[in-house]
Amino acid sequence: MLISRKGSSAAYIPGSRLNPRDKRMNTMTAFSVNGKQVNLDVDPSTPLLWVIRDHLGLTGTKYGCGMAQCGACTVHIDGEAVRSCVAPVSRAAGKAVTTIEGLSSDLSHPLQRAWLEEDVPQCGYCQSGQLMSAAVLLRQKPQPTDEDIDQAMTGNICRCGTYPRIRRAIHRAAGMVVKAGVR
Amino acid sequence: MNHGSLKLERPRTVGMPRRDFLKFSVAASGGLLIGFYFPGVSGTASAQASANEFMPNAFVRIGTDEQVTVIVNHSEMGQGVYTSLPMLLAEELDADWSKVGFESAPVDPKYNHPVFGMQMTGGSSSVWSGMEQFRQAGAAARAMLIAAAAQRWSIEPIYCRTEAGAVFDNSDGKLTYGQLAADAAKLPPPAKVQLKDPKNFKLIGKPIKRLDTGVKSNGSAVFGLDVKLPGMLTAVVARPPIFGAKVKSFDDSRARSMPGVRKIAQVPSGVAVVADTFWQAKVARDTLRVEWDEGAMHNFSTTQLMQQFRERAKSPGVSVRKEGDAPAALASAAKTIQAVYEAPYLSHLMMEPLNCVVDLRSDSCEVWTGSQFQTIDRANAAKTAGLPNEKVQLHTTFLGGGFGRRANPQSDFVVEAVAVAKAVGAPTKVKVVWTREDDMQGGWYRPAFLHAIEGGIDASGNAVSWRSRSVGQSIMAGTPFEGMMQGKPYDPASVEGLDDLPYAIPNLAVESHQVDVNVPVQWLRSVGHSHTAFAAECFMDELAALAQKDPCQFRRDLLQKQPRYLGVLDLAAQKSGWGQPLPKGMGRGIAVHFAFGSYVAHVAEVSVTDGNIKVHRMVCAVDCGQYVNPGIIASQIEGGAIFGASAALFQELTFENGRLQQTNFNTFPVMRMNECPEIETYIVESEEKSGGIGEPGVPCAAPAIANALFAVTGKRIRRLPIRLTEAV
Repeated sequence: MLISRKGSSAAYIPGSRLNPRDKRMNTMTAFSVNGKQVNLDVDPSTPLLWVIRDHLGLTGTKYGCGMAQCGACTVHIDGEAVRSCVAPVSRAAGKAVTTIEGLSSDLSHPLQRAWLEEDVPQCGYCQSGQLMSAAVLLRQKPQPTDEDIDQAMTGNICRCGTYPRIRRAIHRAAGMVVKAGVR
Repeated sequence: MNHGSLKLERPRTVGMPRRDFLKFSVAASGGLLIGFYFPGVSGTASAQASANEFMPNAFVRIGTDEQVTVIVNHSEMGQGVYTSLPMLLAEELDADWSKVGFESAPVDPKYNHPVFGMQMTGGSSSVWSGMEQFRQAGAAARAMLIAAAAQRWSIEPIYCRTEAGAVFDNSDGKLTYGQLAADAAKLPPPAKVQLKDPKNFKLIGKPIKRLDTGVKSNGSAVFGLDVKLPGMLTAVVARPPIFGAKVKSFDDSRARSMPGVRKIAQVPSGVAVVADTFWQAKVARDTLRVEWDEGAMHNFSTTQLMQQFRERAKSPGVSVRKEGDAPAALASAAKTIQAVYEAPYLSHLMMEPLNCVVDLRSDSCEVWTGSQFQTIDRANAAKTAGLPNEKVQLHTTFLGGGFGRRANPQSDFVVEAVAVAKAVGAPTKVKVVWTREDDMQGGWYRPAFLHAIEGGIDASGNAVSWRSRSVGQSIMAGTPFEGMMQGKPYDPASVEGLDDLPYAIPNLAVESHQVDVNVPVQWLRSVGHSHTAFAAECFMDELAALAQKDPCQFRRDLLQKQPRYLGVLDLAAQKSGWGQPLPKGMGRGIAVHFAFGSYVAHVAEVSVTDGNIKVHRMVCAVDCGQYVNPGIIASQIEGGAIFGASAALFQELTFENGRLQQTNFNTFPVMRMNECPEIETYIVESEEKSGGIGEPGVPCAAPAIANALFAVTGKRIRRLPIRLTEAV
């Protein structure tokens, strides 16, 4: 898959805040996204988030803060949770990026099944990032404790307040006994 | 509009033309019909459409493929209306729930809120106001499907029954709704329908799983920010750093030649930079040098403002409520106490920053956005575009949080996007994106408030007097919503929760000072209750301490004629183990409040270690009358508690030299996973009329936490956000 955008090959303007140290023109950046190879003609300092959303059209990954404060933009690079809003696309070069669209094709990931069981989302905007952070946690710690969940999920803000259900869903996904719900 | 795709989803409905299917009008379901005046908006004061606008009921479509699509006239912003409202319709339709889907309604008078007379979502009103509307729509559809089956079988409709998406006769006859859809479409609508006896409900009252969880768990739900049109440009706007400031001049020499930049133009709200992609627009905007005419607010400081509020509270305000003689009773009371409570400006801080997509053509316009105010937003878009209303379509996407911000009387984020599109020139497709900083600094906050309260008790410890003075900005004065003030010299949204203080205190005076400040303010989740409950319920605790009574019992004594307040108070107390010992260093606090038709009580358990506050547990009891989906109610109560606790513990907007000091989550924090307490929700079984649920969970959080901190530290919290160093 070759994606190039017309209009994006104009000369880089020295002194712009795009990346003051980077005097290069756009370059081709190659990596894989959800198992598909992409090769993009894009300024290498563009945050991965906006490449994923605007260039690749995968809008499941969300913008929330632009400074790695909220976690809505969390994706995986070679299996590691990364805040894509502050990661330049160059960081993905030659690597494997996974977005929410690649977590499963059919909501079959244990976390997605648990999310459905616990009816986790409210507005839903932060949930892609929550799921991507939780997926790394579960891979690293298949039976996470509450403290593990605190540590892994504290970088992901939910303004609607779905934290209690996220916690339950992660435990459920881990196959642990879920405490009785409300009422 | 269709909101995303779910891989497991069945094909979308194809079949009969929706508008021909049901032909009846849903009458306004009684209650208060409030007229708003919006220039350029016609017919908003009435739920009745004019003759040429009359449309058949358009709340449901049934396809020959058995799909039941419920068209929802309220916006989905987390509160679950894409499930609870379809449940109401599906209940009366006897639909097969596994075949039920949802779609957001277009803008049309027939989708107006039956009480507020315009298409909108707010006031925790979607379910109670839609109760009759959606049930009637489902029942009417069912009656027509039965009539179609009866015709097919040549029997009287009375011999037909329905279950799970099919009509049955007395023997082995069965016709599914899909098989009957085409015939039913040719039939006249029933003049009158019988609604189910609640004891026969199969869906209502059950914790049915949400219909939108799948699309919100695989990234396919389409929020405003996700809308992408072919050839669409993206714009970022440089807005004034001070409210009321205007562009004096700007230098765009660097931005103009940056990659992808297509247009830089001054618009009424600032300077717009339009580029191929967001990042190009954002980076180019950051190179603009804008000189601002700073205007009158250049010295504005919230420190000074609160000082003015304190001075103002020393003089009597406009009387809101008066019973007995509060000043005399204060003078003769055995003991008195006074306290001043302060709450800051707050940002809604939806996870999805504001955005709006506009497809502007010479003779028409389409808008995609997460709107809570469809009627107003479309009208304001039309006015800005110079087009008649009917030439403008507004598509409601999923809202990545609303909390009131997307219900802006001026449609600020919609009007601006149309203005940007005009600056680019029709035909054009452009998306305006607000960065987090733009969103937080863009105004329309929860107003800062001060409540000065004095109270007195007699020698036996009975509360005998209460006088409160509230000082703050009106949300409604000077806006099209001024009609909601009903000619009163105060804004009900400033004193709600105080004007209906439920305690049996014989001498009561509630006063209001309305202060004009040029900071744009707006309703934020639970509106006035978000600060009045903090003041009222903390002061009740102070009075209880003055009377040397248990705070829960003190309230109980004064609520003997308020059974629903008492019900939630007792339930929360009982479930929390109120009165039972806690480990050393921990304390409990209680609060009870009524808002938006529902009663809520919280008990918070907190500890303080090395000056750090930890909220361990929040026990919440709610009486929202008859309820539709207890699972969603629990979500809203949990979320409300967290929303309220976030504000109580962390959040404050401050201004210096007219400039907002907060910009992002690092300076305006939200509660995080590691800070989140265990939350338990208990719902009171009730036959009373349904109340709201999106907002009532918020108000009690701050006072319950503050009162628990008193139990731990012996010091009172009188200002939000809570700072132990300020406790007295």
